[in-house]
Formats: sequence, C-alpha cells, structure tokens
Amino acid sequence: MKKKLLSLALVSAMTASLFVGCGDAAKSADGNDQATEEAAGELTWKIGGIGPTTGGAAQYGTGVMNAIQIAVDEVNADGGINGYQIAFNFQDDEADAQKSVNAYNTLKDWGMQILEGTVTSGACTAVSAETYNDRIFQITPSASSTDVTTGHDNSFQICFSDPNQGTVSADYIADNGLAAKIGIIYDSSDTYSSGVYQNFATETQAKGLEIVATEAFTSDSKTDFTTQLQKCKDAGAELLFLPFYYTEAAIVLTQANQMDYAPIFFGVDGLDGILSVENFDVSLAEGVYLLTPFAADAEDEATQSFVSKYEEQFGGIPNQFAADAYDGVYIIKEAIESANLTPEASNEEICEALISAIQSVNYNGLTGENMTWNAAGEVSKDPKAVVIQNGAYVSVQ
Amino acid sequence: MGFLTYLINGLSLGSVYAIIALGYTMVYGIAKMLNFAHGDVIMIGAYVTFIGMSSSGIPAVPAIVISIIVCTALGMLIEKVAYSPLRKATNLAVLITAIGVSYFLQNIALLLFGSNPVSFTSVVKWQGLSLAGGQLKITGNAIVTIISCLIIMVCLMWFVKHTKPGQAMRAVSEDRDAATLMGINVNATISLTFAIGSGLAAVAGALLCSSYPSLTPYTGSMPGIKAFTAAVFGGIGSIPGALLGGLLLGIIEILAKAYISSQLADAIVFAVLIIVLLVKPTGILGKQIKEKV
Amino acid sequence: MKNMNKSTQKLLSTIGVIVVLYIVLSVMEGTGNLSSLLSGLLVPVCAYSLVAVGLNLCVGYLGELSLGHAGFMCVGAFASAFFSKVFMNTIPDVPRFILSLLIGTCFAALFGFLIAIPVLRLSGDYLAIVTLAFGEIIKNVINVIYIGMDSKGLHFSMKDMLSLGMEPGGTLVVNGAQGITGTPRQSTFTLAVILLILALVITHNFVNSRTGRAVKAIRDNQIAAETVGLPITKYKLIAFTISAAIAGVGGVLYAHNINSLIATTNNFGYNMSIMILVYVVLGGIGNFSGSVVAAVVLTLLPELLRGLSTYRMLIYSIVLIALMLFNWAPSILEYRNKHGLTAAAIAAKFKKKNTKEVS
Repeated sequence: MKKKLLSLALVSAMTASLFVGCGDAAKSADGNDQATEEAAGELTWKIGGIGPTTGGAAQYGTGVMNAIQIAVDEVNADGGINGYQIAFNFQDDEADAQKSVNAYNTLKDWGMQILEGTVTSGACTAVSAETYNDRIFQITPSASSTDVTTGHDNSFQICFSDPNQGTVSADYIADNGLAAKIGIIYDSSDTYSSGVYQNFATETQAKGLEIVATEAFTSDSKTDFTTQLQKCKDAGAELLFLPFYYTEAAIVLTQANQMDYAPIFFGVDGLDGILSVENFDVSLAEGVYLLTPFAADAEDEATQSFVSKYEEQFGGIPNQFAADAYDGVYIIKEAIESANLTPEASNEEICEALISAIQSVNYNGLTGENMTWNAAGEVSKDPKAVVIQNGAYVSVQ
Repeated sequence: MGFLTYLINGLSLGSVYAIIALGYTMVYGIAKMLNFAHGDVIMIGAYVTFIGMSSSGIPAVPAIVISIIVCTALGMLIEKVAYSPLRKATNLAVLITAIGVSYFLQNIALLLFGSNPVSFTSVVKWQGLSLAGGQLKITGNAIVTIISCLIIMVCLMWFVKHTKPGQAMRAVSEDRDAATLMGINVNATISLTFAIGSGLAAVAGALLCSSYPSLTPYTGSMPGIKAFTAAVFGGIGSIPGALLGGLLLGIIEILAKAYISSQLADAIVFAVLIIVLLVKPTGILGKQIKEKV
Repeated sequence: MKNMNKSTQKLLSTIGVIVVLYIVLSVMEGTGNLSSLLSGLLVPVCAYSLVAVGLNLCVGYLGELSLGHAGFMCVGAFASAFFSKVFMNTIPDVPRFILSLLIGTCFAALFGFLIAIPVLRLSGDYLAIVTLAFGEIIKNVINVIYIGMDSKGLHFSMKDMLSLGMEPGGTLVVNGAQGITGTPRQSTFTLAVILLILALVITHNFVNSRTGRAVKAIRDNQIAAETVGLPITKYKLIAFTISAAIAGVGGVLYAHNINSLIATTNNFGYNMSIMILVYVVLGGIGNFSGSVVAAVVLTLLPELLRGLSTYRMLIYSIVLIALMLFNWAPSILEYRNKHGLTAAAIAAKFKKKNTKEVS
C-alpha cells in the first residue's frame, strides 16, 4: 500500500510538474518573444494555420500547409506586408473538432495574430467560435459549411459555401438540360458532404429535377460503392451527383467503369485533385463535371509559377484547396495593406480593421477574378463548372 | 438479376474480410491476443505490392510474393519486439501494445508514402464474365478474390490438420503448458503463426486494393475492424469460422445497403452481429467452453 | 476495517492532489500564467478522465472488457446538448445546465442498462465485440438523425433535412452528420473538477459497498458467487449502468465545451473507446486514480509533442508501446525491481530532489 501511495504521489508530482512546467515555459517563451522582438526591433506578422496533417484527411491539410508556406516565402522575399516579415506556424488537428481547438490554443500561445484555417468544416465550426470570442481574424481556405461564418463576423471563406455549391450544381444541371433523372451518392457521416447534398436536394426540388436515387456511405464503409452504383443504375439515373472528396471518387469511377455504368458524373469542389491521384487512370474521369475555380494546367503566369514551385518543393500537383490557401495569404496581405496596419496593433485591433478592410478588397488570384467579400463572410466568386476532357479541365458556360 | 449481382459483390467483399479475419483468428487461437495492428500490416503489404508493380514495373505475381516476404518479416519483427515480452502479462496489456503498433505503422507509412491517396492498379488483368446477355456482370477481381480465398482456406486447413508445425499450433492453442511439456517450442510456434497471418495480410492487401483501388496510410484500419468483427462472428479461433463470418458479413453489408438503407448499413451489420452472438454466444462455429469451478 | 481505511486514505490523497492541482491551475489561469493550450485542455482532460473512471469500473471491477464506452459518452453528449439547445432561450443558464447534466447522465445510464441486458449474457472478447458494435450503432444512428424546431414543435426525421417538413424560419437542432452547432459553453474547470471528484467518491464507495463486494466476487469467480446465492445479473447490471452513467457525465462536459458537436470515429467511435481503454490499462486496471493520471498524461502528450510536427504521432506511438512494455513486461518488471527502478524508489528520489529545490 505504501508503495502504491508513493507511486501515486510520484505520478501526481510528475503531472503537476508537467502542468507547471508548461505554464512557465509558455510564459517565458512569450516573454522571450516580446523581448527579442523589441530588442531587435523586428516585429513580424504571426499567421497561423490549422488542418489535418495526420489521420484520414491528412492529404487535404498537407496541401493547404504547403501552399501557405509557398505564399509566405514569396511575400517575405518580396519585402513582407507593410514592411514586416511573416512568421507562419501550421498545426495539425487530425480533422477533429476538439483537437482543432487544441491546435488553435497552441497557436494562440505562439502569439498568432491572424488565422488561415481550418481546413475541414466540422473542425472549423468549433474553431470559429473560439476566434470570435478572442477576436482573432480568421479566413478559411476550404471549410465550406455556413456554420463557420454564421454569427461570426470575424470568419471569412475563400472557397464557395455549401449552399452556393449545391445550388449552382443543381442550376447548372437544370439550365443546361444535362439530365432529367438524377442519382446522388453522398457521405452521410461527413459534415461537408451532407451539407452540400442538402442544399443540392433543396434546389433540385425548386428546379423540378427528379431525384431517382439517394444513396449514402459512411466513413466506416467507404471502399465499396458497387451497391450504391447498382441501385442508381437500376433506378435509371442519367446523372450522378457526387458531393465528396476525390479519394472516394477515384474508387467510384473505377467501380462504375467495371460494371459498365456510364452516367454523367457531376462533382463539387472536393473532386478537384482527382486527376493528380497517383497512378489513377485519368481516362476514367473523362467527361466528369466538377466545380473548381482553379486549374493546375492553366496558362497564366501566376498559376504556372505556383504549380511549378509546389512540385519542386513538395512534389505532386496542388489542388484547389491549396490554391485557395495560397490566395488566402495574398488576400490577408491586401487587406492589411488597405487597412494600413502594423504588427504592433493588438489582435482585436487587427481583427476589427481587417473585418472592414476585407469587405473593400477586390482581389485577383489563382482561384478567381474580382473576388470580394460580404459582411456574412462569403466570397463573391461563383462556382464554375468545368468538364474533364483529354485529362484536362475545360470550362463550360 | 439485381439480387444475384448484390450477392456476388457481397461474396467478393466477404472473401476479402475472410482472408483478413484468418489473420486475426489464427493469432487469437494461438497467442490469445487481439492483434489490432493486423489491418495496418495489410496496408503496408498493399503499398509494397503497389511500389513493386507501378514504380518498379514488376508483374503482379512477383510483386505480391515480395510483399508476402516483407509482411512476413514485419509480422515476426512486431511479434518479437512488441508482443513476446508481454506473453506472461495480462491480455489487455498486449491489446494496448497492439494498438500502439497500429498507430506506429500508420504514422510510419504516412512519413514514407505521404498522405495523398494512390490509385492501386488491379493485380487482375482479366475483365471478368458477362452472363445472361450482359445483365449479370462478374468482375475478374471478384472471381479471383473468391477463388483465392477458398484456396487459402483449404491450404490452411490442410496445414493445420496434417503437418507437424500445424499440429504444434493446435497443441499450443489447446494448452500452452502441456504443449511445452510435450517438447513443442511455443515461441517458435507463435512466431510461425504471426508469419503466416502477416503473409496472408499481404495477399489480402493486394486483393482489397484491387477491388477498392484507393490506397492511403489509413486504408487498413476499417477493413481490419470489420474483419475482426467477422472473426468473432464466425467464432474466433476457428479457421472455417473466419471464412463463414467473413462471407456472411460481406453479404449482409451489401444486402443491407441494397434493400434496407445505405445510411444505416453499418448499424444493420452490427445489429445482426449482436443478434447472432446472443443466440450463439461464442460465434457461429466457436467452441462452447465450459467454465470449470 | 483496516483495509477500508487504506483505500479511503488513498482516495483522500487522490482528491487532495486533484484539489491542490485545481487551486494551482486556477490561480495560474487567473493570473494569466497558464498557456491557452493548457487552459483549453482542462475541461476535455476532465471529461476523458471521467469516461476512463467509468470504464475502469467496468473493466477493473466487473471484469468485462467494453469497447463501446465512447458510445455512452456520445449519448450523454448529444442528449444533453440537444436539451440545452432546445431550451436555450426558455430556461435560465444554471438550472438548464443542471437539467441537461441530469438528462445526459440518465440517457447514458438508460442506454447502458438496455445494452447491458443482452450483453452481459456474453463474456470475454465476445462481450467486447458486442459493446463495440453497440458503440458503432449509436454513432451511425446519430449521424442520420435530423431534428428541427419551429413554432409547431419538434420535427424528427432519419432521412434528411427536407423530410422534416419544417416551416420556413424553423431552426435545425440536430443536423445529421453536421451534428449540433452552438451548444452553450457552460463546462467550466471548477465544474469539471467537482464532477470528477464526485465520480471518484461514488466509484470508491460503490466498490467498497456490499454491492461492490458482490461485483468483485462475481468477477473473481462467477460460479462460486452464484453458488452462495448472489443474483449475478442484478449486480452486473448495476455496475455496468453506473459505469455508463459516469461516461455520460464525461460526454455532457465534452459537449458543453465545444461549439460543434459531431459524431466521428475519432471522437465518439471505436477509436475513442480504444483510447479510453488505453488510459485504463496504462493507469492500472482497477485503479481509478491511475486512470485519471493516464488520461491526463496521454491527452497532454501529443499536444506537448506538437513541436515535432509530422513526427509527433509516430513518437507518441513509440512512447505508448514503450510505456506498456515498461509497466507490464514481466522481464522488465523484474529488472526494475532488481535495480531499484520501481515507482516507489523513484518517488523517494524525486521527493528528496524536490525538497532540495524548494529549500
């Protein structure tokens, strides 16, 4: 018993020292930071990023992290923002809401002034409540749920929102008479996928399109889609709406091909990236529609320079989320410049100034021309449908 | 016709579960431990096959053979480093260590292969059969998967029943202490079991990713859990039980999706499992162990 | 009687440590010396500790391995968050939270009870897999529940939002996979610590009560217990239900600390169940204080390893394996005994060092 008691005392002491140690470390680190900055007279912009870099959604967060890094390096090489360099810190959240809040708190301890994140919708909703309370300006490259921006005046999106994507997809299908009978497969365990699905279903009703099959899958069974495809096929669906990510879409396309089912496939922005899945037979994606404002093989100089830098530094071809994240840094830069801020300002001052500044920004970037933001935090760019032809995106209007 | 298609898809999915479940069930039968890292060995196996085929251009069969060798070595290494020191400790301790190994394999794969999914080229080139005037289509993957599963099963049954090492395995699984007294090298037998289980994992990885061709460092974890369920379903520790459990689980999953609800398919599969276990508390083919006073 | 005293003593010392930690941390937080990361983790750590204490009751005293405790946490979280959200504007904060805490706990207990009836007929790994199955069913079902609220009352659907048939202007309370957004944030560290201490006291009293001793007797030898006339099922049910209820309390705390409550494999699925089991085994089976310590250490570890970026989870897994071997491998235990590396010996050294530092 004595031994147990002692061991208990030991572990509690260790835990206590852990807590105390951390608190002290954080305190002294903060103190040091300020001290060194003041001593050297070198203030920096502290921009934080959050997204999954481990766990099942790691591929989406890693791209965003890499792209922000590229943009930050460019801006720094170019003299920074208003003459101040940017320090960038990206934290992993495994796409989990609680871990995302932990990541956010870590960044806060680091002294973050502006947050570019988080990558996934569910986690972003949790974090935007925190940034709202702490008055830290937040712009997310890829979290499309309206819960992110609703009621949070400090949160802005670079990507299209869920309702936006669902509505535009349904409108495009109806207006162009792509198909009369529509089948839907969506991920019923994913915030983003079910969000887009709901808005799409609402709009199809308004447009008088007929949904003949609505099939779901979950994160626990996202390898076998033959059944869902078979049911859509049996129901006579001429068009399949696929509001989910390219990882699963690659399987759907392969399995549909194996069963000789060739409807029109229509995806949203999560599908961007499918052409760069390693070893994927791109001929399977021929004729697939998707929503993306970004094409990695676009001719313009900005895109080409970004893509080549990305390939050189990290390997692989960046997708739309990476491009959105890259734009994000420049959007922040433009907003800061128009608000004429310096890093000396408090987080709250920066936040309030940027909230009004971003609404007057008119930005041309990789993912759109003349992007503007409204008070609700949504970006003005309209989702544009592209179709894959000969292994490349061709915009359709 | 629809029903038949679903049934064949279910058999194909179930065969993959069955091969994975074999790995669980053999290890459980002999070492009395749940090897939660088994699913991740499958993932490693699939990556090795993928690299062999796509990057080095080796044909499918030698690529799988290489993958079997790598996985066998990996399985034995894991057993040696992480599990064997805990052989006399409580089962739960080994279970937790297995979970640690599972995290380890996932994260090492994440560092080695990156987080982006790769599209796995099917190891089966054959397009498959088209019956009843194209109404019923059976893919080459499905046929090869089902046949491999049956072959593996027959070979294993023969191995366990009629060879010396197989008999040693059965002896160890019956009574480890008695087996030691009979001069059986228990450590070597357990090591052999891990080797076979992990080798099978390599085959399962290649077949799994041929049918469902998206490979990420987390590909193995969910089929691993499903196969574990299948092994328990059939009666854990029993080789024919793993086959039966795997096939039933696959078929139930597909039919539930097809005829009841694709949103609730997982819930239905687990509900059936619960009902079966309530009727047969040790799984369909599990041994009823009488508790001694 | 002597035995009683010792375990009570241990409980008191645990509570003492928790209270001291609480005071230190609160003071640090009050004076702004606590990092945001740690102050953000205070409530979740208590929530995980609670679930671990609940599971330890099941694993350590009932002797049954449950892989579904995250499911009870999930039930507690969603039931209470739902209640809080619906009555957000009609009931004042404090009574609403007390009610939602009760509702969350009761729902988790109810589910625990209902699940225990069939489950406890099984044993060993079969029982484990069935609890895992129940946990997955709970998660799966919650992901397809849609509940909306408008002037006519509540609307319920298991298909999608459209089939709720709500009036325009109605609000969605539970939105399928998008879960519950905007639960009032009412979990405070003080509250979490009080609940944790309460749970420790309750479990301690339970295992030392007549019922608790019966449960232990059943764990050690069911047949013998049956022979002396103990109603096995009744005692097992009681223990399992309490265990689930405590997990539910953890869920309530968790839900009222986060703006976006969604049920995924990582926070309420088998991954979380397994994580909690790791806390229990690492902290010592049957050792409630140990569960709390393990939950605290293992929650903090990946956060403190953030500096290692991509290597962090790899290091975490290696530490986990090493800790398990260090604590459980018979050969290593023997070595530690021989070379004075037992917890007690280290503690003695540590204490000396500490006093020196202080003086």
